[in-house]
Amino acid sequence: MVAKRVDSRKDFINHARKQKGLILIAFPFFIYFLIFSYLPLWGLTMAFQNYKPHLSFFEQEWVGFLHFKNLFTDPDFYRVMRNTLGMSIINLVLGFVTAISFALLLNELNGNLYMFKRIVQTISYMPHFLSWIIVCGLVSNLLAMEEGILNELLLALGLIKEKIHFMGKPEYFWWIVGFTNVWKSMGWNSIIYLAAITSIDPALYEAAAIDGYGRFGRMWHVTLPGIKSTIIVLLIMNAGWILNAGFEIQYILGTNGLVLDVSETIDIFVLKRGFGRSGGFAFGTAAGMFKTVVSAVILILCNKIAAMVDEERLI
Amino acid sequence: MKKTVGDKIIDAVIVFIMFIIIIAMLYPLWNTLITSFNDARDSIKGGLYLWPRKWTLYNYQSIFRTDKIFRAFLVSVARTVLTTVLNVFLSGLLAYVLSHKDFIFRRFLTVFMVMTMYINAGLIPQYFLYRSLGLINTFWVYILPSMVGAFNVIVIRTYINSLPASLVESAKIDGASDMRIYFSIIIPLCLPVLATVALWVAVGSWNSWFDSFIFAPKQELSTLQYEMMKIIASSMQTGVKQPDYLAESSQQSRNMVTPNSLRAAMTMVATVPILVVYPFLQKYFVTVNIGSVKE
Repeated sequence: MVAKRVDSRKDFINHARKQKGLILIAFPFFIYFLIFSYLPLWGLTMAFQNYKPHLSFFEQEWVGFLHFKNLFTDPDFYRVMRNTLGMSIINLVLGFVTAISFALLLNELNGNLYMFKRIVQTISYMPHFLSWIIVCGLVSNLLAMEEGILNELLLALGLIKEKIHFMGKPEYFWWIVGFTNVWKSMGWNSIIYLAAITSIDPALYEAAAIDGYGRFGRMWHVTLPGIKSTIIVLLIMNAGWILNAGFEIQYILGTNGLVLDVSETIDIFVLKRGFGRSGGFAFGTAAGMFKTVVSAVILILCNKIAAMVDEERLI
Repeated sequence: MKKTVGDKIIDAVIVFIMFIIIIAMLYPLWNTLITSFNDARDSIKGGLYLWPRKWTLYNYQSIFRTDKIFRAFLVSVARTVLTTVLNVFLSGLLAYVLSHKDFIFRRFLTVFMVMTMYINAGLIPQYFLYRSLGLINTFWVYILPSMVGAFNVIVIRTYINSLPASLVESAKIDGASDMRIYFSIIIPLCLPVLATVALWVAVGSWNSWFDSFIFAPKQELSTLQYEMMKIIASSMQTGVKQPDYLAESSQQSRNMVTPNSLRAAMTMVATVPILVVYPFLQKYFVTVNIGSVKE
């Protein structure tokens, strides 16, 4: 036992000597990750201090869970949590339904329509690569009150009597965010379902056809069950990101005072409190930490459940 | 299977739905494009659908007339190029190190690196770190934090491990150093995956604005996306101070430009580079996306 340990230590040193070059290259990377990813964790201590930037770490006053207590008694906190959860759920449901339907329909384009399918796919992935800034620019152009095309369309169709100020109506904001998300990521999110569909045994379709199922019957009874496990796993995993309702679109489109009440998510709350008020650093850090910890717990739980649902898909 | 009449009808319905989706995907860009080329005062009247009514380049001119936007454009290009080159080179180098199955720190370093994808101290601790490193309001705050990407390393490493191991081994026997092997064997052989990662990093860097907003708010360091963010935000709000070049240009031209028309022109300026690389993007990205999911 002892001899073996000595042996393995010798082995290790021998190995290390041989791999000197590799170790020399690897070491700066270790330092890099240490500084840029691990060192900031130290800053989380701020959440428990009455942090003053001009004092050193040892001079800070420790306040325990005071900032967290303040957080949970802050009425704004409940408002931003409501917004975060509301938009998350809308995004989740809309995102899943549209991406899956899109994949199912795309899958039906076969034979001489294959080229058309490729074109549709190519176009539908494109918005994924545009920045949120650009997307917000496009959305505000379309929904603009005076010259926006949507208002004109609805007027022409006789659906509305006068132009709507979409960006100023709190009741529309969550849905604007939801549908913008659909526009941006429906095509991209459909990729994984299309990949899952290709692994369905073609014999099942033939059997279903012999049993007299039509196109929609096969879609419903073969394709959809075939990707069921993918859907469930992804749904659970995405539910883990429930506190990440997004930040950019809400921040950019929601700067309008009229919708501020419904647009601010927990991320915006952290930003505004952390940098907006003097001495807000500690409170902002505490709020951010709350979000990270709760997110991590939900994420781990969801991944555990997802793994249980589908053992083979452990990620 | 031969298609029946019913099948053909269903095909027609699906094709119709797909056409609507294509239009919904492309029309917002098209509408913004024609707005950007249309006279601003004319646009207010509405009714711009398919083609500009009163052609003008004035919206674009008033953007590029100001040094600020031009400078922001240069900063965007500089940060994108530098981040991409560094990130690809360094991620590839680390991937090469970790591709050695017998490397003694392989397991430790891999876990240490992968953890960085999940841990996140949050915005404010990050800000204080950059401040104590002296990065706030310097160009380097765009570059240093994104020099290596854990996910990129994994993707490249997977690719290296799929190459025949004998290539590296024989070079080692010939006495080549690790850096030498990286430069003359790994980089040439890994060009496809390195190109993928490069596009990836480039798009991310070009698209980001938040780091300018928080870590480098100085005007000289502003990027195109951040300038655009200011324009959009100011066009959203009424009664909020516009970026001064917007105010300048609209005074000079007696309202020849409106926030809407400027926003449209600016959107196109930020979009075109992405659309230019998009054909390459989608060719590479999709395979990597599926590959990473299956892994």
